[in-house]
Amino acid sequence: MWDYIKLLVLAVIMVAAGYVANNARDLAYMVSAIEVALVALVVFIFVIRGMGEAKTEPETGYMDDIIRVGVILTMFWGIVGFSVGVWIAFELAYPAINYSDALQGYLNFGRIRPLHTSAVIFAFGGTALITTSFYVLQRTTGARLFGGGLAKFVFWGYQVFILLAATGYVLGATQSKEYAEPEWYADLWLTIVWVAYLIVFMGTLMKRKEPHIYVANWFYLSFIVTIAMLHIINNLAVPVSVFGSKSVQLFAGVQDAMTQWWYGHNAVGFFLTAGFLGMMYYFVPKQAERPVFSYKLSIIHFWALIFLYIWAGPHHLHYTALPDWASTLGMVMSVVLWMPSWGGMINGLMTLSGAWDKLRTDPVIRMMVVSVGFYGMSTFEGPMMSIRAVNSLSHYTDWTIGHVHSGALGWNGMITFGALYFLVPRLWGKKELYSLKLVSWHFWLATIGIVLYAASMWVTGIMEGLMWREVDDQGFLVNSFADTVAAKHPMLVVRGIGGLLYLTGASIMAYNLWKTVTRAPAKADAPAAVAAE
Amino acid sequence: MEDTYSFLRTLADSWVMLGIFAFFIGTVIWAFRPGSTEAYADTVNIPFRHEDKPAGEGDIPAATLKEGRSNG
Repeated sequence: MWDYIKLLVLAVIMVAAGYVANNARDLAYMVSAIEVALVALVVFIFVIRGMGEAKTEPETGYMDDIIRVGVILTMFWGIVGFSVGVWIAFELAYPAINYSDALQGYLNFGRIRPLHTSAVIFAFGGTALITTSFYVLQRTTGARLFGGGLAKFVFWGYQVFILLAATGYVLGATQSKEYAEPEWYADLWLTIVWVAYLIVFMGTLMKRKEPHIYVANWFYLSFIVTIAMLHIINNLAVPVSVFGSKSVQLFAGVQDAMTQWWYGHNAVGFFLTAGFLGMMYYFVPKQAERPVFSYKLSIIHFWALIFLYIWAGPHHLHYTALPDWASTLGMVMSVVLWMPSWGGMINGLMTLSGAWDKLRTDPVIRMMVVSVGFYGMSTFEGPMMSIRAVNSLSHYTDWTIGHVHSGALGWNGMITFGALYFLVPRLWGKKELYSLKLVSWHFWLATIGIVLYAASMWVTGIMEGLMWREVDDQGFLVNSFADTVAAKHPMLVVRGIGGLLYLTGASIMAYNLWKTVTRAPAKADAPAAVAAE
Repeated sequence: MEDTYSFLRTLADSWVMLGIFAFFIGTVIWAFRPGSTEAYADTVNIPFRHEDKPAGEGDIPAATLKEGRSNG
């Protein structure tokens, strides 16, 4: 019966999407509608093929199928996102590779930059978060995921969101909000998916077998709840037509700017920090085979981070129409935020106390430790850059880009790599990774890549800031904007090379994981049942 | 009668701020409450318990099965 309802709904979606595509006012919307129809068709076929079969799927054990798919897609999106990043990095160094004459501007920096940011943050990072959260949640509650097929809906629904967002960017549907570019229809879809995510997560927590909710789940939960709040408020918009992608923002002027950066910084705070801290609090202890350094510290870390991050947004709007008190508040809270961030870093690093020798023998734990190190470094750099006087030099320069990437490549990327190296042998029942030597290669390529990236951006960012503010004895500006662009060229090349090294490392990882699944020896059968108790 | 903005602004600056701050201090005190060290010594090992399969695999309702009790 339930399958018939599903088929009916899917059929209605297909017809409706076809109708919408036929009446679409713009290309992006038409392509999106066609995509929706195709997705509905694929799901329709899957449902109809599975209808005759008896439901033999065991409802016991952990729900790991979707996690295996998630690991593969995380790796896939990582390679896609890093590749686009390397490409646009070289576009900035050599604008000729826009090929804008041949491609009518479709590969211009402005058009594919959001493709890069969304691919790495939302596709790579988001898929990693959903995947690891499902894994960690089950293992730390001792319970199977709640909601049956709902977890699958969350996972694939999120992939559909990524698809809609990406085609929108390429075809010109954007609401021009940084990191919130997708237009209203994609936003609405994500809202539905996210509510389902919350239901799966809360439902599993409620049927947990462990009396205590492990700290990693607190971080994951705060990520889910806060992202829901941020997403809805920052995307309040009225579509011009139900048949078009364009929408009009509800807020205007400085209110809009403040809402955007309240969203923007908390996307950093709760998506890229809280969510990934959930990973840290599970995978670092597991890989080190030691419990976390201090559980008390983890509780204080959690609450301090939650209370402070939400205020930090205004530091993106120094010297704007935003009232001074608001930007001062944002600045002060950002500086205070340094403390809980370093509390978390210390907690992660000190988890290895008494097991530091593992750093010599285990490249996976090395990756995780460097990741936590980069977390510490970028959470020191961030508060410093949020100070108004420093910001007057750093804002709008490549220093910001360097800061973001030391956090994103160093912290988010490396902890995700560490988690994937941890997960693949376990999820596919393998004894160990195919090659630890390749992990070492990945580690060094990625680390050197980040160092090249961050160092070149510091140099070019500070140079840019100084050149922009330089005045002669008459009070006239010395440099034109184009002068700074010319001066930046060598550093932009170095940055591109850094990105290339990082991408090479990730490609080696993809190869290594592939070989692990196909070639590594299987794990010996689970030890015989324990003796009588 | 004050306008809504001024009212909310004053409220946020006083009682709400105090409440939030008190909640945060409360969490710190909670973390250091007497007996927390022993409780957390158990909690901190949660990641090492259910690696391969759910606790008490079977149909025992969650409410009757808490870890530690399952092995008698």
